[in-house]
Amino acid sequence: MQPEQQGIDVAVLVSIGRHPTTGRPRRAEQDARGLELALAMEAELPGTRISMLHAGPQDDGSEAALRGYLGMGLESMTLLEQPEGSDAIPALATHLATAAPQLVITGARAERGEGSGLLPYALAERLGWPLVNGLAAVESVENGVVTLLQALPRGQRRRLKVRLPAIISVDEAAPAARQSAFGPARRATFSMAATHPEADSELAQWHLAPARKRPKRLKIVKSASARDRFKAAASKSEGKGGQVLTDVSPEEGAEAIYKLLKEEDVLR
Amino acid sequence: MSEIIRRDPRREWIARNRLHPDNATVLAEMSGGAVSEWLGPNGVVRKNPRAIGFIGPHGVRRIDRSGLQQGGQSPGAAAAARDSRRTVTIDAPAFLVAVVPDMTGGRLSSQDKDLLGLARRVADADADQPGAVVAILFGEHKEDALGEAGVDRVVHLEDERYSGFAPEARLAVLSAVEREMAPRFWLLPDSPLGGADLGRRLSLRLGERAATGVWQVEADHDAPLGWQCTARGGAGSLDIQRPLPRVALALAECAEPVDETRHAAEHLTLSASIPTNLSRIEDLGQVAVDPAGVALDEAEFILSGGNGVKEWDAFHHAAKVLGATEGASRVAVDDGYMARDRQVGATGTWVTARVYVAVGISGAIQHLQGIQRCDKVVAINLDPGCDIIKRADLAVIGDSTQILAALVAMVEQQRGGQRDAA
Repeated sequence: MQPEQQGIDVAVLVSIGRHPTTGRPRRAEQDARGLELALAMEAELPGTRISMLHAGPQDDGSEAALRGYLGMGLESMTLLEQPEGSDAIPALATHLATAAPQLVITGARAERGEGSGLLPYALAERLGWPLVNGLAAVESVENGVVTLLQALPRGQRRRLKVRLPAIISVDEAAPAARQSAFGPARRATFSMAATHPEADSELAQWHLAPARKRPKRLKIVKSASARDRFKAAASKSEGKGGQVLTDVSPEEGAEAIYKLLKEEDVLR
Repeated sequence: MSEIIRRDPRREWIARNRLHPDNATVLAEMSGGAVSEWLGPNGVVRKNPRAIGFIGPHGVRRIDRSGLQQGGQSPGAAAAARDSRRTVTIDAPAFLVAVVPDMTGGRLSSQDKDLLGLARRVADADADQPGAVVAILFGEHKEDALGEAGVDRVVHLEDERYSGFAPEARLAVLSAVEREMAPRFWLLPDSPLGGADLGRRLSLRLGERAATGVWQVEADHDAPLGWQCTARGGAGSLDIQRPLPRVALALAECAEPVDETRHAAEHLTLSASIPTNLSRIEDLGQVAVDPAGVALDEAEFILSGGNGVKEWDAFHHAAKVLGATEGASRVAVDDGYMARDRQVGATGTWVTARVYVAVGISGAIQHLQGIQRCDKVVAINLDPGCDIIKRADLAVIGDSTQILAALVAMVEQQRGGQRDAA
C-alpha cells in the first residue's frame, strides 16, 4: 500500500542580510538557502505549504531585502513588525506557537547585529522542539518523521531521523539559493502581524565596533638558552623526521601503510 | 676508598702531551667522559682548551658554549630540557571552569588546546585561590597528554549513546555536571558541529546568553564575573565587547596553549545517574559519500599521484578501494593524467587532509607548501633522498605500483573477512 503523501506546514524564518563589502541590506545568504530547501521540498512533496516569517522594522531598506526572498517564488510573507533593537525571539516564539508549523527552517546565524546563532536554539528551547543544525538536504517526510542529511566537516554527510515538529538550521552546506525574480518580487504582498515588542536591553549595553583584524599569532619559543631561541628564530624547521622503510618487500611496506591508515581511522 | 690522591705521573704526562697516541683516551679516562675538563691531582679542575668544540664543515673549529656538546652530560641534559614543565596540583579549587573539547579524531585539536589555555588563564587569575579546569570528554579518545594541556579533572563518559550526533544525551550529561559541580564558567570551542552546537544548547538550558565567537578575554573588575570579552558578531563584521557570561564559545587562537605546567588530569565520576530520556533525533550513521565528489581542499584522506606513477589505472583503482579522494602533483596534471582541479600545491589547491598519501611525488617546495596543513603524510617513492621523505611521517622506499597493489589486496582481504564475519 502506498502511503498517501501529505504535505506539511513549513515556516521559513528570514532575516535582513548585509552585503560583506558594501554593507547594504540584502537577502541573507543562509536564510535564502533555507528558503531554497523549503521550495525544493514543496516541489518534491505536493501539498507542502510554505510560510515565510520576518520579525523586524518595516522600512525601505528592509523591504527591498525581503522582496529578494519573495522573488524566489512566494506570493506573500508575514512580517512581525517591531522597532529596531527589539528582541526577535519572543515575537517569533509566540507566533510559531500559535501558527504551529511542523517544520521550521532558519539560517544558522544572522549577518547583522549580534549574529550569535542563538535564535534557533532559543526557539527550540522555548517550543520544546528538537533541533538539527548544519543541514544539507531533506530526504523524505513520512508519518511525522523527517529524514535529513546533515553536513559534517570534510564533505561528509550523516543521516538523521527527527520527529516533527522540529527546527532545522541551514548553513553553507545546503544547496545554493536560486535567483530572485524582480517582477514576482514586486507583486508579492506583506501581511502584517501585531506583536508585543520587547527591547533587547542587554545588547544595547554592549559596545559594538567594526571588526578589527585579529593579531597574528607569534611563534614564541620559551627556552632557557639563547642558542635554542636563536636556532628557533633563524633556522628552517627540519620536520620531525618520520619513519623511513628501506629495503622492504612491497607487502611489508603496504602493511605499515595499512596500519597507519587504520590508526587514523580513514578506511571505511 | 682512602682519602689520599694517588698520582700517576706517566698518565699525567700523556695527558699533557697532545702528540701522544694515547692522549685522547687518557684524557677521556681522567675527565670521566668530558674530554675537555678533568679533576687535577690537587682537586683543581683542569681544562684542555684544545679539546673543546668540534671541527665544523669548513675545517674550522667551532666552539659551542651552550653546554650541549659536553660529551657525557648530553643525554641527561636533553632529558631535563624535555621535562621542564612544572607539576601543578590543585587539591581544593576555589571554583571550577568546565571545558568540553571537541576531540576531533579522538585527540585534542589545536582549538581545544587554545581553549584549555584560556580556561587556565581564567582559573589561575588569582594565585591565592586557583580554580580547577574540568574537561568533559565523550566517547573513546587516544589523548594521553591531557595533563600537559592544562586539565586538572576529567569527567570521561564512554557510553555508546554519546557517540555520533547525540546532542540531547550530551546535554543531559552537561546538565548533571552543572547540578553536581556548579562550574563558574563553561567554555566550549565555537566549531561547527562540535562545541558550537552543544554550547548553544547548553547556554539556553542554563538560561544564559552565551558569548559566541570569543577571541579575546581580559580581566575587568567592573564586570559581574570579573572578565570582559571581545566576540565576533554580525557574520564577522563586528567586534562586540561585553562582560564574559557563564557560557562562552571561543574561536581558535583565543589564548596561548599551556606549555609550562603539567596538571593532574585526575578522573572523576558523576555520582548521580544520568537520566536516559527518549531522543527525538535518531542518528542513522554516516552516509557513504563518493570521495571523488568531495572538494580537494576539504577532503580527509587524499591519495596523490605524481611523476613516479606509471600505471594510472591501478592508481585510480587503489583510490577507489581505499575510499580516498584523488590528488595529483603538477607534473601529473601537466602530462594530462589528471584534471587541473586535482592539482595539489601552491598553484593548485592547499589541502587540509588528515592523511595524505603521496605516491611517486618527490616533493617540490610548491607541493610541500600545499600539504603544509596535512596531519599525517605517507610517501611511497623510489628515491630515498627526495624532499618528501623528510616531510613524511611514514616513507616506504620501493616500487609504487607493487606497494599499491599489495595495499589494495590487503584492504580487500580485510573487507572480505569482515563481511564473512558479519
